[in-house]
Amino acid sequence: MLANLKYHYKIPLSLILVIAVTALVVSGTLTLRAYQDAKRELVTSVLGLGKVLSRTLRPALLHDEVWQAFETVITPLDSRVERRAGERLIVVLDRRHQIYVASSPERFPMLERLAVVDAEFGELGRRIAGRGSDEPFTAEETGWDYIHVVMPILAQDGARLGTLIVASSRALFLPQFYDALGGVALSTLAVLLVLLPIGWYWGRRMAEPLEYLAESMTKVGREPIEELRRGLPRSGDEIGMLGAGFDRMLHELEEKKAMQKQMLASERLAAIGRLTAGISHEINNPLGGMLNAISTYKKHGSGDAMTMKTLSLLERGLLQIRETVGALLVEARLESHALTKQDIEDARTLVTPEAQEKSAQLLWSNEIEEPLPLPSTQVRQILLNLLLNAVAAVEHRGRLECSIARVNGSLRMAIANDGRQISRERMDHLYEPFAAQNDEAAGGSGLGLWVTYQLVQQLNGSIVADSRPTGTTFTVDLPIGA
Amino acid sequence: MRRVLRALLICAALYCGGVAAAADPIRIGTTPVFLDDQASFLAAWQRYMEQRLGRPVRFVQRGSYREITDLVRQDRLDFAWVCSPPYLRNRDRMVLAAVPVHLGKPLYQSYLIVPASDRSTAGFADLRGKVYAYSDPDSNSGWLAPQAAMQLERIDPSRHFKKTFFTWAHKKVVEAVAVGLAQGGSVDGYVWETLAVLHPELTQKTRVAWKSPWYGFPPIVARRSIDPATLSAMQELLIGMKDDAEGRGLLKQLNLDGYERASERLFDGVQQNLKFYQDF
Repeated sequence: MLANLKYHYKIPLSLILVIAVTALVVSGTLTLRAYQDAKRELVTSVLGLGKVLSRTLRPALLHDEVWQAFETVITPLDSRVERRAGERLIVVLDRRHQIYVASSPERFPMLERLAVVDAEFGELGRRIAGRGSDEPFTAEETGWDYIHVVMPILAQDGARLGTLIVASSRALFLPQFYDALGGVALSTLAVLLVLLPIGWYWGRRMAEPLEYLAESMTKVGREPIEELRRGLPRSGDEIGMLGAGFDRMLHELEEKKAMQKQMLASERLAAIGRLTAGISHEINNPLGGMLNAISTYKKHGSGDAMTMKTLSLLERGLLQIRETVGALLVEARLESHALTKQDIEDARTLVTPEAQEKSAQLLWSNEIEEPLPLPSTQVRQILLNLLLNAVAAVEHRGRLECSIARVNGSLRMAIANDGRQISRERMDHLYEPFAAQNDEAAGGSGLGLWVTYQLVQQLNGSIVADSRPTGTTFTVDLPIGA
Repeated sequence: MRRVLRALLICAALYCGGVAAAADPIRIGTTPVFLDDQASFLAAWQRYMEQRLGRPVRFVQRGSYREITDLVRQDRLDFAWVCSPPYLRNRDRMVLAAVPVHLGKPLYQSYLIVPASDRSTAGFADLRGKVYAYSDPDSNSGWLAPQAAMQLERIDPSRHFKKTFFTWAHKKVVEAVAVGLAQGGSVDGYVWETLAVLHPELTQKTRVAWKSPWYGFPPIVARRSIDPATLSAMQELLIGMKDDAEGRGLLKQLNLDGYERASERLFDGVQQNLKFYQDF
């Protein structure tokens, strides 16, 4: 039951419980204290009364003046109510611990033992008889009706004349105790009135981030990650750590998703590559034969003009097919010298006029000084393809950036433009052949990026496109000396 | 010239007399034979006497009969309302002035009272082993009369009770019995009857179990050395109280019919008790 209770309630309730328990314990302690104080006050006042009484009773006991002794013991009990209710009893015992006089003579008959009164006074009488010293003492037991203060009545020379018992009913100090109790209850109530709402508010505030976190977790997979990330607790405590952990988890989830997507894309591209290579070979073989046949016929045949015209038409068509297939089938050209700085600068020379045509600014950074063991032809084609794409994408008076450098044993070429963002749909099929054909903005043959991708793959490199509303950057990493 | 001188002397004498009168009041001792603890009553009685005697009057109270008796013996009191035994013992120093009249007679009784809850006690014999309250050892009704009565019943008062004590006033005997401090007590019957009028809630807690024979009422006595004029003036005043409204008002408060001259014979009963007691 408690385990199922939400922290939304659990924390505020716990705080409230702690506050309430604390308040109760404190007020309980205060109440106990008030009770003891009231009792102590009673005993103190009774001791003062007893002192006066025992002095006043001294001559009466000495001269056996019963009536004087009686008048003395009833004087402090002036209120008839007090006397009648038996709230305070004053008893004088003689030397032999027999009752001499008492404020209630009928209850305490003269010259009788205290035991005749009741069990409580009987026990008190035994204690008085068994006590050696002349020091005043207090007798109280649970279940007794009275708190007894017992003090000796001594003659001037210290001889014991008798004993004075002042028995005070608990009812006597109860009013004062109830007063104190009322005060304690009131202040406890006031404290609770102030603290409970604060506790509730504080508890709610503490539970809030946890609640948000829990809610966010249940939404994983149903709502966009960016949405979930917003409002996560960022504090330095455990909940903050939990929030950070959750954030990290979301991040990794995102990466994993991106990686999966990328893997799918490259697998697809590889399949397309294999397919195009296969088809290209299958087409190229008969194509070569057909072109040979046409060539042979042209050389040795005696065809009329009509036939020649048809054949040359066929030949042009077949040549176009071979061109297209050749473009699809990106083959490594073996004859290639090492990449030099000049090879890269050539690409700049080639693209500069086109950039100028659009009044675009070209920022160029080439950190390659020494020749690199990379096939120059392929690298130049990759760079040129990407540069031409960038120029095509850049806006009028836009900006182009190209930086080439050695980074961690790779050649890194980053080509950026501030043109329009590439659409999400297009990003999904960016490197596929003819993917751009429906996209009017892209233009070109539709094979540029396909070829670039194939070349990068052949060089065991990687190509990453990052397109944002502010611009698009293609980054190519080619391992050196692989 | 001589006449003038004489007139001056007379004036001086009158003046001195006035001063002497003012400086020398009549001193009257009171004892608890009546309810002498009523200060406003005593003040009214004092005014009454001063108006009629033309002299200041002072009431003097002491803790016991004996102290008042001693003051009279030493001529330090002019009059005293005491009990009969002190008078009888000190006849050489005292003269009878007047005796109160209660219920038409100058007589009263001693009452044996018990708590109202005690329905059975009929006499001293029933109070064996109990606590007993007397008023004053110089009182007839509160000490002497019960002693004599017990002797007649062959009871030894000193062994009969578990404990006895003196309260030094009749009213306090009633209180002691009423609260249960004592299971029996001897009290002046006149005081008990007066209390029954003034404080019935007190006497209701007690019951009169036995009444003694009639005795002469506690008298008002004068020191033997008193000048006859003062004595007769006081006697006339007391006896005349019943003849004027103010005096009757005071008598009503005292629960008395009046005062009359008394003879020594009135106290024969008490005298007998005294003799009885001394013989015992």
